[in-house]
Amino acid sequence: MLEQILALLPQVIFDGFILGFVYAMVALGYTMVYGVLELINFAHSEIFMIGAVVGVEVFRYLAPHVDSGFLLLLLALVLGGAVAGVTAILVERFAYRPLRKRGTTNRLVPLITAIGVSFILQDLVRLVEGLWHNEFFLRMRTVEDLEGSVELFGGAIFAQTKSFILMGVSILMLLGLTYLVNRTKLGVAIRAVAQDLSTASLMGIDPDRIISRTFLIGGSLGGVAGVLFALQYTTITPYVGFLPGLKAFTAAVLGGIGNIPGAMLGGLVLGQLENFFGTYLPILTNGNFGTEYKDVVAFLILILILLLRPQGLLGQVVKEKV
Amino acid sequence: MSAVALLLTLAFLGLAYLAPGALTNVFGLVALGATAFLRLPPQTRTLNLALLTLAFTLGLVRSGNTLGLIGLVGVLVALTTLPRIPTWIRGLLGLAILLLSVPMAGFANTFIFELGIQIGIYAAMALGLNVVVGMAGLLDLGYAAFFAVGAYTWAIFGSEQARNFLAGNFPLPGEYMYLFMLIAVATTALTGLLIGLPALRLRGDYLAIVTLGLGEVVRILANNLDHPINFTNGPQGITPIQRPPIDWFRSLMERLGIRLDQTTDYQLFFYLLVLLMIGLVVLVNLNLANSRFGRAWVAIREDEIAARSMGIPLLPTKLLAFMTGAAFSGVMGVIFAAQRTFVSPESFTLLASITILGMVILGGMGSIPGAILGAAALTILNLDILKTFSEFVRTSLPQIPSQVDPAKYERLVFGLILVLMMIFRPEGLIPEKRHKAEMEEA
Repeated sequence: MLEQILALLPQVIFDGFILGFVYAMVALGYTMVYGVLELINFAHSEIFMIGAVVGVEVFRYLAPHVDSGFLLLLLALVLGGAVAGVTAILVERFAYRPLRKRGTTNRLVPLITAIGVSFILQDLVRLVEGLWHNEFFLRMRTVEDLEGSVELFGGAIFAQTKSFILMGVSILMLLGLTYLVNRTKLGVAIRAVAQDLSTASLMGIDPDRIISRTFLIGGSLGGVAGVLFALQYTTITPYVGFLPGLKAFTAAVLGGIGNIPGAMLGGLVLGQLENFFGTYLPILTNGNFGTEYKDVVAFLILILILLLRPQGLLGQVVKEKV
Repeated sequence: MSAVALLLTLAFLGLAYLAPGALTNVFGLVALGATAFLRLPPQTRTLNLALLTLAFTLGLVRSGNTLGLIGLVGVLVALTTLPRIPTWIRGLLGLAILLLSVPMAGFANTFIFELGIQIGIYAAMALGLNVVVGMAGLLDLGYAAFFAVGAYTWAIFGSEQARNFLAGNFPLPGEYMYLFMLIAVATTALTGLLIGLPALRLRGDYLAIVTLGLGEVVRILANNLDHPINFTNGPQGITPIQRPPIDWFRSLMERLGIRLDQTTDYQLFFYLLVLLMIGLVVLVNLNLANSRFGRAWVAIREDEIAARSMGIPLLPTKLLAFMTGAAFSGVMGVIFAAQRTFVSPESFTLLASITILGMVILGGMGSIPGAILGAAALTILNLDILKTFSEFVRTSLPQIPSQVDPAKYERLVFGLILVLMMIFRPEGLIPEKRHKAEMEEA
């Protein structure tokens, strides 16, 4: 058994990174919104799904007209990120902002709204796809340029071009975001609002604008992750966002919610753990417990972190104020 | 004012006799609205409500149009919430609606029974969730998990399923269902304890996401525990499940002069059983709300730190709320399994949990008549209105693609209800006093 496990290990780690980068990018959306609003934005999983659906549609309609697969993917990433980002802004503007303006102190109210928004977006996408194609099970069109494959380390790892692109794009986006948050004026403003919204507004920052921008950035990252997810895993439905969204949230908590490097780290760790258990659980239990239980593992991890280290890997302990 | 309302009601009564149907019932709902919201002297209002009850019943018996059921639920709500109606009239009319109107309509159209039973099951669960979300302020997004545990508790032992891992004479005879209602209280409360112990240490929004995850875990288990040992029969679900024998019920009804046939006997039985359960649940709810625990829950909901400083032990108090809610759901799960004689993981998805939450939100968090109204409204919407609308779309707009079937868009409808309620009326349709004050003070 041990030999079998070791033989598979390089591939498992490689695939774990693919999954991990997707989670990391989605987790950033959760963590940034939580940072500024202290709100678990349930609808973020649907923003991710919208990105994936846009990716599928771009490939469906533009593949015959664009020769280079790389250019096609670039178009899909830009469009997917843009549509997802704009949707995130609209959600904030029409669902969350009215609540904020009323100044509700009840914490359940925004949370329930977020769940409602998530359901609305799922079925709206289904409606659009239903009217458009009379079909809501979507398959990503394969493009030759992106499907090429190599075997690394003497066949230990089977890797596709698109997997490398996924990792490359993710790393670029994560670096870009780190730069934006730490080195630009907008980044300073976002951090200021996250730290103390009312003081920030006294310093000449318009919190509404910054919150809007935060949703735009988080949403576009989620959208880009969605396009890459569609490219990698090919089958997309309007309900595909739920599980990755829940796990990305787990990743954000794992890293320490509100903490940007933490979300990246959490995503990568969770991707590895999930892929590890997903592959090895059937082997370790002689096929009695299959891959289906990998989702259970993710939730158990969430509960364990919340109990043992609620501030996450990189987070700081925040005392509740009276 | 009184004359207008009375005229509307009398006109509706006439229409219900002459031309019963959907349009007449819509007119009746308008008359009900006038009775409830116009400024009327109490006597006129009481008379109006009695006449409306009669008219809706008449319409239901003569046409079987299910909008009439909404009307009856509306009258019930008006009876429980409007001021200055003599108590004996409230009680008498309420009982007449539940024990006469609905069964009579059910004999005319058995779908009314089905709706009544489903509304009842969901109302009892909404009341259970109301304890958790409304009173204690703990957002539980995996409530359907307890429903599942209850349903499977009876499904496994009330069918041949248990033979897969136990020696013995299975399925157990149907009488055991009553015993299993008690056992389900224990198993679901225990599940509540297991889920609550880790989850309830967390602050509000983390609790929501953990219960969401655990709700999924229960569904995944139900879906996959068909191997290595077949406990749940996986995605196919379990069927047939035993129902309790009801010969005594048939002869009792015969003595009352009611002849039952093969289709209506179990439906009337389950309808009355569900009513009985709701009665119990409401009693428990009322008593809890005024007990030491009820006040402790409200205190925790309003301010955890202040509650703790006043000497309320947080974790045990929250756990109790969680387990109480779970137990309600478990009992209804047993009834659900027996009534349908079939359970499968499909009934216990996140959508089911959110539906029940939507009922509580729509009616008003913490409000008992609210939870019942919410359950009635969403169940009728889900089982009847969306399906009728879908039929309408299919026949009159055939050019619409077949995938765009309104009956499949319940998420959209529930989502809209949740968001619109939160933005425009967070205290719900029938607000509980304290919640209303809290929402307005902000």
